[in-house]
Amino acid sequence: MAKIPSPEELMQVSYDMPRENWMDTKPEITEGAVAYPAKKVTMEPLGMPNPHDWNPFEEDWHLPENWEEIIYNGLKERLEKYRSLKLFMDICVRCGACADKCHYFIGSGDPKNMPVLRAELLRSVYRKDFTTAGKILGKLAGARKLDKDVIKEWFYYFYQCTECRRCSLYCPYGIDTAEITMMARELLHELGLGLHWIMDPVSNCNRTGNHLGITPHAFKEIVEFLCEDIEEVTGISINPTFNEPGHEVLFITPSGDAFAEPGIYTFMGYLMLFEEIGLDYTLSTYASEGGNFGLFTSSSMMKKLNAKMYAEAERLGSKWILGGECGHMWRVINQYMSTMNGPAPSCMETPVSPITGTVFENAAETKMVHIAEFTADLIKHNKIRLDPSRNDHLNVTYHDSCNPARAMGLMDEPREVLKAACNNFYEMPENTIREQTFCCGAGSGLNTDEIMEIRMRGALPRGNALRHVQEKHGVNMMSCVCAIDRATLPPLADYWAPGVDVSGMHELVANALVMKGEKKRTMDLRQEELPGMEDE
Amino acid sequence: MIISLLAVIALGILAWMGSMMGFQYVLGVCLPYTAVIVFLVGFAWRIIDWAKRPVPFSIPTTGGQQKSLPWIKPATLDNPSDKAGVWGRMILEVLMFRSLFRNTNVSIEGDRVVYWSSKFLWLFALIFHYSFLIIFVRHFRFFAEPVPFFVNGVEMIDGILQIGAPRLFMTGPLVIVALLYLIGRRIFNQKVRYISLLSDYFPLFLIFGLCATGIAMRYFMKVDIATVKVFVMSLLHFSPDTAALAKIGSIFYVHMFFLAVLLMYFPFSKLMHAGGVFLSPTRNMANDSRMKLHVNPWNPEKVYRTYEEYEDEFRVPMAEAGLPVVKKPEE
Amino acid sequence: MYNSKYVISGLVIFLAVFSYPFWGNLASKDYTGPKLSLPADQKQCIEPVEFMRAEHMTLLNQWRDSALRDGKRVYVASNGATWEASLQKTCMSCHTNKAEFCDTCHLENAVEPYCWTCHVPPKGNE
Repeated sequence: MAKIPSPEELMQVSYDMPRENWMDTKPEITEGAVAYPAKKVTMEPLGMPNPHDWNPFEEDWHLPENWEEIIYNGLKERLEKYRSLKLFMDICVRCGACADKCHYFIGSGDPKNMPVLRAELLRSVYRKDFTTAGKILGKLAGARKLDKDVIKEWFYYFYQCTECRRCSLYCPYGIDTAEITMMARELLHELGLGLHWIMDPVSNCNRTGNHLGITPHAFKEIVEFLCEDIEEVTGISINPTFNEPGHEVLFITPSGDAFAEPGIYTFMGYLMLFEEIGLDYTLSTYASEGGNFGLFTSSSMMKKLNAKMYAEAERLGSKWILGGECGHMWRVINQYMSTMNGPAPSCMETPVSPITGTVFENAAETKMVHIAEFTADLIKHNKIRLDPSRNDHLNVTYHDSCNPARAMGLMDEPREVLKAACNNFYEMPENTIREQTFCCGAGSGLNTDEIMEIRMRGALPRGNALRHVQEKHGVNMMSCVCAIDRATLPPLADYWAPGVDVSGMHELVANALVMKGEKKRTMDLRQEELPGMEDE
Repeated sequence: MIISLLAVIALGILAWMGSMMGFQYVLGVCLPYTAVIVFLVGFAWRIIDWAKRPVPFSIPTTGGQQKSLPWIKPATLDNPSDKAGVWGRMILEVLMFRSLFRNTNVSIEGDRVVYWSSKFLWLFALIFHYSFLIIFVRHFRFFAEPVPFFVNGVEMIDGILQIGAPRLFMTGPLVIVALLYLIGRRIFNQKVRYISLLSDYFPLFLIFGLCATGIAMRYFMKVDIATVKVFVMSLLHFSPDTAALAKIGSIFYVHMFFLAVLLMYFPFSKLMHAGGVFLSPTRNMANDSRMKLHVNPWNPEKVYRTYEEYEDEFRVPMAEAGLPVVKKPEE
Repeated sequence: MYNSKYVISGLVIFLAVFSYPFWGNLASKDYTGPKLSLPADQKQCIEPVEFMRAEHMTLLNQWRDSALRDGKRVYVASNGATWEASLQKTCMSCHTNKAEFCDTCHLENAVEPYCWTCHVPPKGNE
């Protein structure tokens, strides 16, 4: 892995623009600059087009013979299928409002990381092939001919966009670079070009039900292992059911929570909460993945992976689905799920909290409730007892994940929950939270270690805001509702604000949760001593 | 940039020369008719062309709290959950440039990233668009007899400073200042200069030329507007009065020519953002896709790995681990 | 076409507004310009007619400034004739009717001079 500069070095970002026109510059595709490519053995069984083995660091990417035709037809097809793409190609006035809204631009100063230029990478080709002015005037009209270097440039820059939509918020016409990036990635996939870190989880999710390739029996074992830890901490034994028909609720969360720290503590938190309130639920090993890397691949892959949720709910006869803490999972559920795979199976009903009786009218179509909504409702109705003083050694802040913030609007629910579970809660600066939130620097399938420098550059705005509250309020815990965040924020914090830990929301809830029949808590879920509550 | 400037200057000279060299009829009659037809038909065609493409997914950019639990206040304008909210959002977007109002400017100060408030683009963009609108409305004094009532109202407000004679209309200098700001930032703001294309400078210079000739005609190189009105009205009645046309000074031709070029350029350029903003799916959709079904007209068939296929692969270990299986594994 | 309800109605409104100058005039008679009643006893104004048409407002503005602010009440015309710089005494001695002279052009071209906030408008021989 390439050596990463120190945070001080990385902060020396220059926003000066180069002298030469952007069409005349090429990215240097070296180790650390792009993530590893998806392998043929991964792509082929998924039915991805033109699967082949290739190496981005070599000159020849072994594109299919008719690659120009594939791109032309692919772009043409998508221009007809997506008004968004056609419109966003046509109406940009290059006002530059988006330029410094992108975390990758802020962290790198690379002009092509300005959302407007990222879009121009595709737009220039669109102009050449699909507009009269572009055909006649060429470069004068901002058009350029598609060549293999353009493909490489696309691969480089459309995998330096995390589809976080922050630029779209500021665009006076709502041009959404995420849409453009999704289309560009689809086009690259048509040529057989993809990322290992995206396609491997996709392939796993398709086969085993989750990104990590955990087989059903191993999944069960992991959860049971977590239950043992819960018993260790609380004295309460929990026995969740798996794949069992006839329960009211199907619970689906990103599989990262069942596998890696600190996500597992959040998973334990869910189980403890459900046990305490006596929720009638089951877990599925078949649909054991909330996340959907298909979103980062293509709309058809997104649909294919998402389809399992309703299929499983139907098979198990669930009334509604409760969804765990995950960022892009909720973009898919909120904006794509019912369109792609709906309507929900007939056994499902508009979700009603069995504890409070609250009807989740906002989920009347998808029949899926976000656990932050569910828990905020429990707290509002005093249905769970929380002792926030158990979290008193923590000064907590909250990182809004891009997708729940800008593709859903989940903002106050997690804050209500956190404020109930923690006494010391501090917000990061207002330009970095809620709808203006910054990406963790590695969303949309870029949370792979070989591009750590790029990730840390993209993490600069978030890291800087975090260090600000660390210095100002002594924040030592950043909470979030996203499994990718739980994987990407620890390295971010270690790099930009050492000393800050990362947790899911329900880890903090479960730490504060006073359970019926529990033993005196001396440890938190990480089995670390709780200050002031040690054994006397 | 230079090319755009030269192109606009060349257009101006072309019109000036044309008016001197006996092309008055082409410049004053043929071109305006063509331009209006191209503009109206072109604009409508572009909109319909966009509208013919479906919006497969509900993709609003949510700029605030969603509507979820009854006691949590939703951001009805930035994250609309219904039609009323979308109308509100769109009206503010179109009339007040609300998204642009959010603009910030990032700089790194020592070891801190600072987000400065940055409202000048919003302010000057707003000044430009509204001045241009008012100027357009004021021109209706040439388009109807009697002059529509709103023209007098607009003129009264626009000229409320009562400076000089002919009375100064504020929108004249304002539109010029705003245009200079918009041109200036394209030249002096490094980032914006880097992203600017010829097609970004050209309309600015063209509109600058259009406004400058208009202002010149009113204050400095006056033409007889009574005759102008006679001519314009004759155009509107589809019986061009060439006698009147012949009496009007050359600067009028330059003004008309810039206008005609602008009208014909409009539908085929980025200026179509004027129509496009209404169709932008990240702004004109309600965030209600969890409440209501949004239909994708080309929704493909569901193809996915079914539970049965999954169990077929993992049946034995599943059964051994005590997971329920639909079919018993073969002994 | 999708969302045609909104798209079509929006387009119709747009086209209606922008083509208003054309269809708004369909019913109206041909416009021939303002009909001024010129003084019967005079052939020539203080300056040539082209100059007066284009610059009368500037001239009046200068007269006001020089007469009221500097006390200079003499205007030397381009042909050497001298005139008293006075709207009331000079201009209105020939152009005796505001409604039939000034207003004909001003109304049709939506010009609203503020001469008459101080001066008494002449109404001919009424």
